[in-house]
Amino acid sequence: MEELSHNMFDWDFANKVQKMAGNSINLCFQCKKCTSGCPIVFQMDYSPAQIIYAARLGMKDLVLNSNTIWLCASCETCTTRCPQDVDIAKVMDAGRILARKEKLRAGVREIAIFNKTFLQNIRIFGRLYEAGLTVFLKLRTGEIKKDLDLGITMLKKGKLKLFPSFTRVFEINRMFSRIKKLEHKRI
Amino acid sequence: MKYPYYPGCSLHSTAREYDISLKAVSDTLGIELKEIKKWICCGASAAHQTSSLLAIALPAKNLAEVEKENIEEVLVPCAACFARFKNAKYQLDKDPELLKEINDIISQTFENKVKILHPLEILSNGMSTKIKQSVKKDLSGFKVVCYYGCLLTRPPKIMQFDTCEYPVSMDEILKNAGVHVLDWSFKTSCCGAALSLTKTEIILKLIDDIFENAKAVGADAIAVACPLCHSNLDMRQQEANKLFNRNHTIPIMYFTQVLGLALGLKPYELSLNTHLIETDELLSKIY
Repeated sequence: MEELSHNMFDWDFANKVQKMAGNSINLCFQCKKCTSGCPIVFQMDYSPAQIIYAARLGMKDLVLNSNTIWLCASCETCTTRCPQDVDIAKVMDAGRILARKEKLRAGVREIAIFNKTFLQNIRIFGRLYEAGLTVFLKLRTGEIKKDLDLGITMLKKGKLKLFPSFTRVFEINRMFSRIKKLEHKRI
Repeated sequence: MKYPYYPGCSLHSTAREYDISLKAVSDTLGIELKEIKKWICCGASAAHQTSSLLAIALPAKNLAEVEKENIEEVLVPCAACFARFKNAKYQLDKDPELLKEINDIISQTFENKVKILHPLEILSNGMSTKIKQSVKKDLSGFKVVCYYGCLLTRPPKIMQFDTCEYPVSMDEILKNAGVHVLDWSFKTSCCGAALSLTKTEIILKLIDDIFENAKAVGADAIAVACPLCHSNLDMRQQEANKLFNRNHTIPIMYFTQVLGLALGLKPYELSLNTHLIETDELLSKIY
């Protein structure tokens, strides 16, 4: 672990996370219930409780470069069990949003690509076109062979639609653009 | 009874068994489902992990369309859509300024009045007698564990559904249908959700734990109410077997498929032949 120094504490970052998390993260008293209930913690570089503590101290680099914020499956176990009503899952969302805003290389690249590809897909089609999502995901991550057999089996079973449908595409596109403008000013 | 129905993207593709079996069961029980027109994706986890406004705007657009038709409630069977709808409703109830902003984004005046319901709710509230009376097939020898996953009940202050750490609604519905429901330890454990497509090795560990416990308590099948839980447990089961050197072949069935069997519907009417883990052997014990 690198040595602590005063310039590691970015209070502007701490305030941003505080605001995005809704309820105050300063209420955390490190009971670590979030960590003991987290199903993914065995793969994380920092535990959820460590991320909360680091965010309170404004340790931006640690939080935004962690794999924790990306691996979180949004199962909400932590948020449900927190005795202090800290919305830990929302802090993970805040981390992902801020990392994207800062154009940082995501702690888990495939997951950032997945989210981006998913949203582009619904922006184009209105409803998720799963076959398209899988193809674009493969092209972007370079994992062409991954799940190929599974995809073929799914097609055979009629579980994947070959062709997309288009629903409310102009309206959705307008919603995406408006949100982008609003959030550009805000975050 | 008539309910407007938001299927969501999965029920039209990977989870079409849920759509088919829910409609078949509803039909048998005299519940009419009417799919809402021109619905769009709820945004799922990708939206809330990327933009808090988008995560609210997408469900709100759907809710606004329902409200426009003067309909007071909507049935949302996918656990992830159900959670996103409930989240949007909760945030908008709390914050009138946000509601104004969302109205601008979706170009609609919407008051956030629509009630969001899950099939487990309507089938467990006031339907027990009807279900008991409609049972046609004795499933007392069919042992099932109920898997609720994460999003139906968490976080409880938003979801306001069942009891969050130990839900019972699915257990009760299937018990009313005469199914032998078993208790187990993994009712609300996470299956890894969308990590399935990106970090598959993580979800394999999570689902292996689930299979091991289901087997230990003697379950013939796992009943689910979430398309993502279903696809992870069904489509990744063989991969998990390979990695952990097991030989599980536990059928994963939507709770509506199990209920449908008890109501005397035929397996093909419930689309029980399209899962990756075959249900034939198990069904041959029943038929």
